Amino acid sequence: MQFDSTTLNMLGTGIWETIYMVAMSSIFSYVIGIPLGVILVVTARDGIKPIPAVEKALGIIINLLRSVPFIILAIMLLPVTRKVVGTTIGPNAMVFPLIVAGSPYIARMVESSFREVDAGVIEAAKSMGASTWQIIYKVLLPESKPSLLVGAAISVTTILGYTAMGGFVGAGGLGAIAINYGYYRYQTDIMLITVAIMVIIVQIIQESFMKLSKVNDKRIR
Amino acid sequence: MSADAIIRLEELGKQFYTANGTVTALDHINLEIERGEIFGIIGLSGAGKSTLVRCINFLEKPTAGKVIFEGKNLGDLGEAGIRTARRSMGMIFQQFNLLAQRNVLQNVCFPLEISGVSKTEAKKRAEELLELVGLKDRMKAYPAQLSGGQKQRVAIARALATNPKVLLCDEATSALDPNTTKSILQLLKQINQDLGVTVIVITHEMAVIEAICDRVAIIDQSQIAESGKVSEIFSEPKSRIGRQLILGDAVENTDFGNSRQIRIIFDGRASSEPVLAKLILACKTPVNIMYAATRDLNGTAMGQMIIQLPEDETEARRVTSYLSAAKVPFEEVTEDAV
Repeated sequence: MQFDSTTLNMLGTGIWETIYMVAMSSIFSYVIGIPLGVILVVTARDGIKPIPAVEKALGIIINLLRSVPFIILAIMLLPVTRKVVGTTIGPNAMVFPLIVAGSPYIARMVESSFREVDAGVIEAAKSMGASTWQIIYKVLLPESKPSLLVGAAISVTTILGYTAMGGFVGAGGLGAIAINYGYYRYQTDIMLITVAIMVIIVQIIQESFMKLSKVNDKRIR
Repeated sequence: MSADAIIRLEELGKQFYTANGTVTALDHINLEIERGEIFGIIGLSGAGKSTLVRCINFLEKPTAGKVIFEGKNLGDLGEAGIRTARRSMGMIFQQFNLLAQRNVLQNVCFPLEISGVSKTEAKKRAEELLELVGLKDRMKAYPAQLSGGQKQRVAIARALATNPKVLLCDEATSALDPNTTKSILQLLKQINQDLGVTVIVITHEMAVIEAICDRVAIIDQSQIAESGKVSEIFSEPKSRIGRQLILGDAVENTDFGNSRQIRIIFDGRASSEPVLAKLILACKTPVNIMYAATRDLNGTAMGQMIIQLPEDETEARRVTSYLSAAKVPFEEVTEDAV
């Protein structure tokens, strides 16, 4: 194998596509996952506004989505993806199943972060006459920020892993390169390079979210 | 029935329905808390006092009876009405419950933010309150950087932000050391006197009641065992639990039986010296006075006294060795020697 400009261009495109897919699907998954996590915590039996039926129903849907392995979910969703995005190949097409798989995952991550917020603090907010909505955006969200950021490091790397699997169903990105060259064409060297790049991306994601979490946490100084 | 009751609890009851059956936390509670007083509620762990204070601001919804705050039955108010009522009732907690991600100033601003006060106004009010609790120089600190006493001061400032008429204190000093407890109690008393805020203190410590309360209710097994002026209850507790809390276990349980008796002889010690009281304080055990004939002769105590020692041999020995050490003459007597 030689590192000509074609190979480098391909890798460059791969990196860009991967980052694009991870960023887009993470953002949308959080947009959907945070409210879902809020609903799970707030409507729980011991929540601020207990509506056990809602929590139960939502919990079942989330568990269903979470129990389908991503690669199978992506295949199952192909007809829906075609309807929604207009195509089933390329990074844009992959973002849709990534959101479907990412949102319930993030909902659970967010839920566990919210549960870490001290019940006493929530009680104090109630005693001051805070409404449910005020407790959510003035207590739950800001108080769990450091934990949410640690959760984000885990969630975003998980989504990065999903994009690589997406390579099997035409997603593009680094995962597709690794699969096409390493698996179908036995070009181990290209596969190793893409893996190395993925490792670096994971490190960057992990480190930056951990750093953000630390900077934002006022409990330790 | 007092006309100036700020809070009235009528036949208040609270039951919890758990997997293991129904638990009664409060049972037929009737109480009146007068405007401007410091009212104590004391009881042992599990007596229901925390549930009681949470029923007052409807953090726990009572399952029976009424909570009447300033003439309004909280049970008749909707959720919005209860939230408004809560802004007139500040609350502080054993674990302080400050927002860990907000600094001191932002913590005090919190209740003002949620009641819709503008940012600049909230900041001004918060600064005033921090001045009052003596923490103006720690405005930018985060709770993690404060000591327990400082955290409770912030919590007090925060509870007072919305100008409440009542301050509910749930075991507010139980996580603090004795000196800090003293200063926090002092602050509560000052707030009561200067701002006219009615204070309700929940505690399991008699010393807290003694230090600041005007009136007290003793709660035991979900019911009010007795209530009244602190001075009256302290001098003459009527309920079993009252005697236990005020006089302590020692008095109830000390058995004198047919234990030894000794004669203490007063032969010229200063009559200003409280010999017996000092003995009891030093030995931490009661003695039973069987007979006493002492007189004060120009500042000198003369006469004799026969006391019965506790049946417990170690305690009895502690008393006799104290007397020897204090150089008080004494001799053992047999019962018929009186």
